[in-house]
Amino acid sequence: MNKTDALIIGAGPTGLFTAHQLKLIGLDCEVVDNLDKIGGQCIELYPDKPIYDIPAVPECTGEELTNNLINQIKPFDIKFHLSNRVDEVKKEGNNWIVKTNNGTKFQTPNVIIAGGVGSFEPRKFPVKECEKFENQSVFYSIKDKKIFEGKTVSIFGGGDSALDWAVELSKNSKVNLIHRRDDFRGAQATVDKVKQLAKEGKINLLTKFQMTGIKGENKLESIDIKSDNKELKTLQTDYALGFFGLIMQLGPIANWGLNIDKKTIQVDTEKFETNQKGIYAVGDICSYPGKLKLILSGFHEGALAARACFKLARPNEKYRFEFTTSSKSIKERLGVKSD
Amino acid sequence: MAKITYITNDNKNHTIEVQNGLTVMEGAVQNDIPGIDADCGGGMACATCHVYVNDEWFDKITPKEDGEEDMLDMAFEPKKNSRLSCQIIVSDELDGLTVNIPSKQG
Repeated sequence: MNKTDALIIGAGPTGLFTAHQLKLIGLDCEVVDNLDKIGGQCIELYPDKPIYDIPAVPECTGEELTNNLINQIKPFDIKFHLSNRVDEVKKEGNNWIVKTNNGTKFQTPNVIIAGGVGSFEPRKFPVKECEKFENQSVFYSIKDKKIFEGKTVSIFGGGDSALDWAVELSKNSKVNLIHRRDDFRGAQATVDKVKQLAKEGKINLLTKFQMTGIKGENKLESIDIKSDNKELKTLQTDYALGFFGLIMQLGPIANWGLNIDKKTIQVDTEKFETNQKGIYAVGDICSYPGKLKLILSGFHEGALAARACFKLARPNEKYRFEFTTSSKSIKERLGVKSD
Repeated sequence: MAKITYITNDNKNHTIEVQNGLTVMEGAVQNDIPGIDADCGGGMACATCHVYVNDEWFDKITPKEDGEEDMLDMAFEPKKNSRLSCQIIVSDELDGLTVNIPSKQG
């Protein structure tokens, strides 16, 4: 059981700055995120896209912003639990008991949800029957590439994941690469490599095709694909892999007894607290009159929620407002010299 | 101002007057039309405001910019007439535009 003053759900920009604010005022915190990396939407959706409305930063990309925020919390010892999706939040006395899908448990008086639009999950095949084969012969990520050796693998998608795996698996498997159009959005060098392998007959490249059906009794036997001009093909295959990127799902948050409307959580604008005492929501996932879905709003919300956490984490102390320019204790926490 | 008709997957028509300058996505979100999620808020980064544009309209709206086709790769059941509704800006010329919303966004 991990005990902490505040648990932050979501390692996007808002979650990171909220962690900074908590540590600055002398509280402990830990951060959980379902992705395997820090940065949230900034790193998953637009790492290379420039952002122009971060105060005092005229221009930066999603990745640069994330790196700056990581640098800003470097003075502090903050534990990150990545690749963990929070599944359960339950009240126990004055604390919340939080459990993730990997069995990690936390005990904390404060839970701050900085979850954006929810957790990132892989996008799946539109063909519903694929569910039947999921994690046996239909996959959306690869954990052990050995299982594909000597087998026929049908890969769907046009981005780097699809292309990289097509190249890699073509060494030891029979690979079909199926994509909805002739253009690929992956790196040009990989696209060239795939086309070369297709020419050599090592990859069976099928463009302008999409999956329409999947067949098999106990195990996957074949998939049906259809082209733009209605040409139908059936491919014998042992595995089907889909690489269509990630989509955000509100997921288990919906079951925690919070006031949710249109996938956002209602909060007050003093503490950014939800209808549950000790659970706060900040950033894109929170909603209140006048809410702006901007990163800068998330920073403000996190700063206030962090102060609100103080009361529950240190019931016998009084929070005292201090400036970073002058406070000795803040400078100690930051590890910088006082004048 | 343009009248835009959104046809949801249950075949219901929702006709709404949308102000010029807003996107077809914003028109849907502001009027609670179900089926357009717009998770990224119009940044062309998520493909959850995917719509099918009726053939008669497809060639009349501003063509896709770089990146939109890439995002459509990730959309749920993309077709030839697929567009991201956050990239269609409403003007008087779009009066009467009809779009179909897919059964789901992901």
